[in-house]
Amino acid sequence: MAASCKIPVKKAIPYANKPENLVPGVAKFYATTYVQDGDVVPVLAKVRDGRPIKIEGNKLENNSFAQGGTSARAQASVLDLYDMYRAKFPLHKVKDKFEEVPTFEQFDKLVGDAMKAAGGSVVLLTSTIVSPSTKEIIAKFPNLKHIQYDAVSYSGMILANEASGFGRKIPSYNFSAAKVIVSLGADFLGTWLSPVEFAKGYSKGRKIDEKNPSMSKHYHFEGHLSMTGSNADERFTHRPSETGAVAVALLAELGGATAPSIADAKLAAGIKKVAADLKANTGAAMVVSGSNDKNIQIIVNAINNVIGAYGTTIDWTRPVNYRQGIDSEFAQLVADMEAGSIGTIMIHGANPAYNHYDADKFKAALKKVKLRVSFSEKMDETAELCEYVIPNHHYLESWGDAEPKAGIISFQQPTIYPLFKTRPFQTSLLRWAGDTKDYETYFKEYWIGKLGDENAFNTALQNGVIENAAGGGASYGGGATAAAESAIAAYKKGTGTEVVLYEKVSIGTGAQAGNPWLQELPDSVTKATWDNYALLSMAKAKELGIKLNTDYEYYPGKPVIKVTIGKKEIEIPILVLPGMNADTIAIAVGYGRNESIGKTVAGVGVNVYPLATFNGTTVDNFATGATLENLHKKQKIAQTQIHNSYEDRKEVVRETTLATFKKHPNVIPEWRDELRDAFYQNANKDFRQATLYPQHDQPGIKWGMSIDMNSCNGCNACVIACHAENNVPVVGKSEVLRYHDMHWLRIDRYFISDHENPDELKGVVFQPMMCQHCDNAPCENVCPVAATNHSSEGINQMAYNRCIGTRYCANNCPFKVRRFNWADYTGADSFPNNQDQQLVGKLDPAIFQMNDDLTRMVLNPDVTVRSRGVMEKCSFCVQKLQAAKLDAKKENRILNDGDAQTACQTACPTDAIVFGNANDKNSAISKVRVDNHQRGFYVLEQLHVLPNVTYLAKVRNTDELIETEQHEEADHSAAAEHDASNGEHKADSTLPSAVKPEEAQH
Amino acid sequence: MIPCKLTGKRLTTLILSLFVFTFINNVSAADIPAGKALFMGKCASCHQVLKPATGPALAGLEDRHTWADHKELLKWINNPAAYLAKDTYTQGLLAQYKSMMTGFADITLTDVDNIVAYINDASVVKEKTGGPVDPPKTNNNAIIFGVISLILAIIALILMQVNSNLKKMSDDAEGISRPEPVPFYKNKVYITMFALLFFAIAGYYLSSAAIGLGRQKDYEPVQPIYYSHKVHAGINQISCLYCHGNAWESKHAAIPSVNVCMNCHKAIGEYTKGPTLYDKEGNEINGTAEIAKLYKYAGFDPNKPNDWDPSKAKPIEWIKIHNLPDHVYFNHSQHIRAGKVQCQSCHGEITAMDEVKQVAELSMGWCINCHRETKVDFNYTDSTGNKFYSIYEKFHNDIKNHKMDSVRVEHIGGLECQKCHY
Repeated sequence: MAASCKIPVKKAIPYANKPENLVPGVAKFYATTYVQDGDVVPVLAKVRDGRPIKIEGNKLENNSFAQGGTSARAQASVLDLYDMYRAKFPLHKVKDKFEEVPTFEQFDKLVGDAMKAAGGSVVLLTSTIVSPSTKEIIAKFPNLKHIQYDAVSYSGMILANEASGFGRKIPSYNFSAAKVIVSLGADFLGTWLSPVEFAKGYSKGRKIDEKNPSMSKHYHFEGHLSMTGSNADERFTHRPSETGAVAVALLAELGGATAPSIADAKLAAGIKKVAADLKANTGAAMVVSGSNDKNIQIIVNAINNVIGAYGTTIDWTRPVNYRQGIDSEFAQLVADMEAGSIGTIMIHGANPAYNHYDADKFKAALKKVKLRVSFSEKMDETAELCEYVIPNHHYLESWGDAEPKAGIISFQQPTIYPLFKTRPFQTSLLRWAGDTKDYETYFKEYWIGKLGDENAFNTALQNGVIENAAGGGASYGGGATAAAESAIAAYKKGTGTEVVLYEKVSIGTGAQAGNPWLQELPDSVTKATWDNYALLSMAKAKELGIKLNTDYEYYPGKPVIKVTIGKKEIEIPILVLPGMNADTIAIAVGYGRNESIGKTVAGVGVNVYPLATFNGTTVDNFATGATLENLHKKQKIAQTQIHNSYEDRKEVVRETTLATFKKHPNVIPEWRDELRDAFYQNANKDFRQATLYPQHDQPGIKWGMSIDMNSCNGCNACVIACHAENNVPVVGKSEVLRYHDMHWLRIDRYFISDHENPDELKGVVFQPMMCQHCDNAPCENVCPVAATNHSSEGINQMAYNRCIGTRYCANNCPFKVRRFNWADYTGADSFPNNQDQQLVGKLDPAIFQMNDDLTRMVLNPDVTVRSRGVMEKCSFCVQKLQAAKLDAKKENRILNDGDAQTACQTACPTDAIVFGNANDKNSAISKVRVDNHQRGFYVLEQLHVLPNVTYLAKVRNTDELIETEQHEEADHSAAAEHDASNGEHKADSTLPSAVKPEEAQH
Repeated sequence: MIPCKLTGKRLTTLILSLFVFTFINNVSAADIPAGKALFMGKCASCHQVLKPATGPALAGLEDRHTWADHKELLKWINNPAAYLAKDTYTQGLLAQYKSMMTGFADITLTDVDNIVAYINDASVVKEKTGGPVDPPKTNNNAIIFGVISLILAIIALILMQVNSNLKKMSDDAEGISRPEPVPFYKNKVYITMFALLFFAIAGYYLSSAAIGLGRQKDYEPVQPIYYSHKVHAGINQISCLYCHGNAWESKHAAIPSVNVCMNCHKAIGEYTKGPTLYDKEGNEINGTAEIAKLYKYAGFDPNKPNDWDPSKAKPIEWIKIHNLPDHVYFNHSQHIRAGKVQCQSCHGEITAMDEVKQVAELSMGWCINCHRETKVDFNYTDSTGNKFYSIYEKFHNDIKNHKMDSVRVEHIGGLECQKCHY
């Protein structure tokens, strides 16, 4: 007791020599580039006191590539920097055990000698290299053979483009220019090619102008329900093996081929409809395909040619440089390795020992190579098989460049001094090629040479991205179409069940699987964390004898099945999803990784890369002829949402079709009026009497947010951004299973499907849900200690150190957005043994990884780390709002619109979130509310909690007319009166009217 | 029975008169509390009542110079520099105390009256109680009340005991047979009363100790180098922001790095001109030796000043004095730049301190109190105020319509949790 009363002596240690431009406590932003598996996102790293703590999208005026927005994985990449399982120094394997090599010089000598001794040819195996300077270094390395290998290959597309006369390239896609978008299984908003860029373009076509409602039309053909498919206006499902037939049928409808027979009537009708729509929108349409089959991609090229996509929506003047791996080249490499002709292999960024479909063959072949060197940042599955490992820098520690598209260069610059004894792999290549320069010098000389002088180089670094003139483009040649068509005609239709291997938005190919934020990120569609699983249609589940009763729905234990394809077998739990093809199951890749990359991945999921098949030219990401067996046992899957339908509760979700919206534009405002009328009935229409509690004044600023559910595609970038900005803890699978997940911001997903026929999915709604900052908050008046209360700026405040953990507030919150620290997830408690106890259950290793001193460097120093027993929730990023206000005060000016932005808003690639001062009539938030009066609503408005977050209804672009009683009533009332009142509505009743006392009185 | 009652009445009268006495003592100086508040806020950082500090002791002020005329005194307080120029007495004071009196232009004549009243009162009280040199640590009234309560309690106990004895005697006399009275240490009523009293007192001290946990007012640790703010900021009048420039930009004021110290100390290697320095225990400090310590950290050889390599300097591990809990967000630039608060408001008369001591309590109540009282820079119309506040239309209208005389920090949300806790 006495000891605990003693105040510890704290020290304040200043710099010995303070760097000139550094102000302790003030963040600086450095432009750099996130590159992963060829995914290139220009970003800004927020550096606070010398450590990067947050990633933001880089938004540049007049730049076609850097348009802001990020992906979940780009957001999470800052945590990888502080990963305690990174390889920390150069290693040399001695008698099957890795030993540290003390200096780089010694390492260089060891490798140099070994290379001489090994003889044979030297091969550099990498994932796609997008860096022009690195490419030059590789080209200069004497007698080096460079093979690019990507975990998920796009070689079918590259070869098809070659066959169609474009060369071995992939074009740029301009989704914003397309009025009709047809995807044959391409998950272009989630994982396909360059999702952040595509989501940005796609969202531009999904914004609705109320005066003239129109939006792009998105058709989607696929076997399973993907994230992008969830956003489609119309979906058609088919077996993966039928993709070719669908593509040919579509081409046939457009007059370019003979139609194959499509047995499924709905699918056949769909193809007809799509073809007609494509024809009607020639020059403003595009077809994309996620298939890795060369022949299918040739047909897709033929379609794009017919519909005039080349030069309009598909741009060959800027071919892309990412995803360049060619499957057959890698197959040849494995054959060469087996033959023993390769003396040295150096591996950077590629991990075939884990993600190759025939990893065993690769591993056996690798052993025949005399010298194996890895540049891996972590001791991954491939690095463990190497004799020398010289870890590369993390991208936030590196100099570098990326040329995602021809002429667009995005730069990397270090944001922190290297944490460990690591070295850029380019430096190693330079040294081993006999060059004494390091990569930093080489890189600078390279770009100063290209850009003219050092000033130009510094400006380019500061901006992050430069855009040079586009190239000349390429033109289409249809010579290969007929051959492709006949090849596809010969494809056998799959038998039995077919298995699709897909990438999750969170884990992707598995390269960042050791990242606890990403593992705990609920999947966009299934809402499951910490696992992969087989997605099944309801029909298939019934066929396997799986009962879809309440037990299945509410308990985390899910039935486990055995999937057998030829000699390959896996056991995996299932999740049933609507909108699946009856004969297709889907399993995510990227799971089942080796524990050596971090305790976090221990026991998480199954590796399904081995289920992929090689068709002789490329690797197919599906397999046919699978047999399923119900093992009659269960395995727990941690889902954060188990209810799939909104049960037509319009108070929660408003969604409609474009046809309905055009016919009845005022359904939502009229319904809202009714809701409010019903509420004020007992209060004589006096707003103030509608509640016992006094109103809160907002004399200066009133923060408000608007979320466009039509733009939100469920990509989850905002959720990770919130994690990073607000020190939201990771709780581990065992705690998610108990619904103890801590996400301040969650994306609720609701399926719209016919009750009678649930597998027929009409649409999916994504509703980002966070604290609504109610002006009449039900949480505030039940707190016995006033730990949660209202600010004069309309924020529902939470004072953590005042909270005593009664959880009354969470119980009383209608939105269920309050999160309680059931255990000491952060290690913030004063009592060290709070994490080591049985009462609350054993915490998962991921929590201890997050609590490591190194990992904690990612914490935002402006936000309290919460301890056990307190409630927490979205704060509207109050630390950012306060900082923005302070900057305005210091500069003696008013707060400009856009000064204060929340983390979710800046992370969003589709600009779905608008935030600002609702008291300012000219702010973006006020305008968005006025301009979208017909779609705007508050969730659960009938409760009169007066939220400060508005939602804009989801509109599906279909011709379906949804007629309800309300419509009929509206139709009965005189149409003229309706029109007259419209103008008035727009003029005076903007969305926040619900909180205006005057409104209720008239 | 009867004599006993009489004793009780007498005692009550005695106690009552005692109460009245103390009460009257307080009433006779109705403006003393106001004076005390002013004294503590403005004067106490340099002056004490009974003993000289940075400035002279203020007891007996009116007997000196022409200070009996409060108007003269006011002139001096409002603008010491101007007064000093024409007045030899104050010139003498400056020579004696070697630090210039800080001016307080906002002090009024009533304020001076109140302050002087407080000073007189404080010096008189001390004389009555034998004039101890140390100022009282607890409130005088609290002690008096405590003593009185204790006496009352003891008397009540004695009376109750006497009462029960008398009752026993009278019962015996009247022949009524009653059981032996329970001795007081076994009496359940007594035990309950003692227990309650114990818990009340223990609870009071426990809770006040718990509230005070982590607070360290008057904390004055010994630093690795005896650095005198008085010499630097006081005598040599170096601006606070010269060294703590970070405070202008950032939440942290930050301690200057060694190279900042060396900007001057490359040339200043000896401490000769200033006053003799003493540490807390009264030991004399050799200033030149302290500068030598700095040279050691900096890796500087005064004999070869041109060979100095700043990159070899080692940081000085200062002991942090002003600590806030981790769940508090405090921003220096917010206060000094947006709020235009003087450093001294929170850090005390730093220009008079040799080694720094924590003057303010740094408790939440202390913060909140200032937020309640501080006026916001709201006069945007005459362009002297901060334009940020122009959006507060309601307040501007209220000021125009004289519904409000000033906008204080509390009106713009300065008392809300998420101004400091997030």
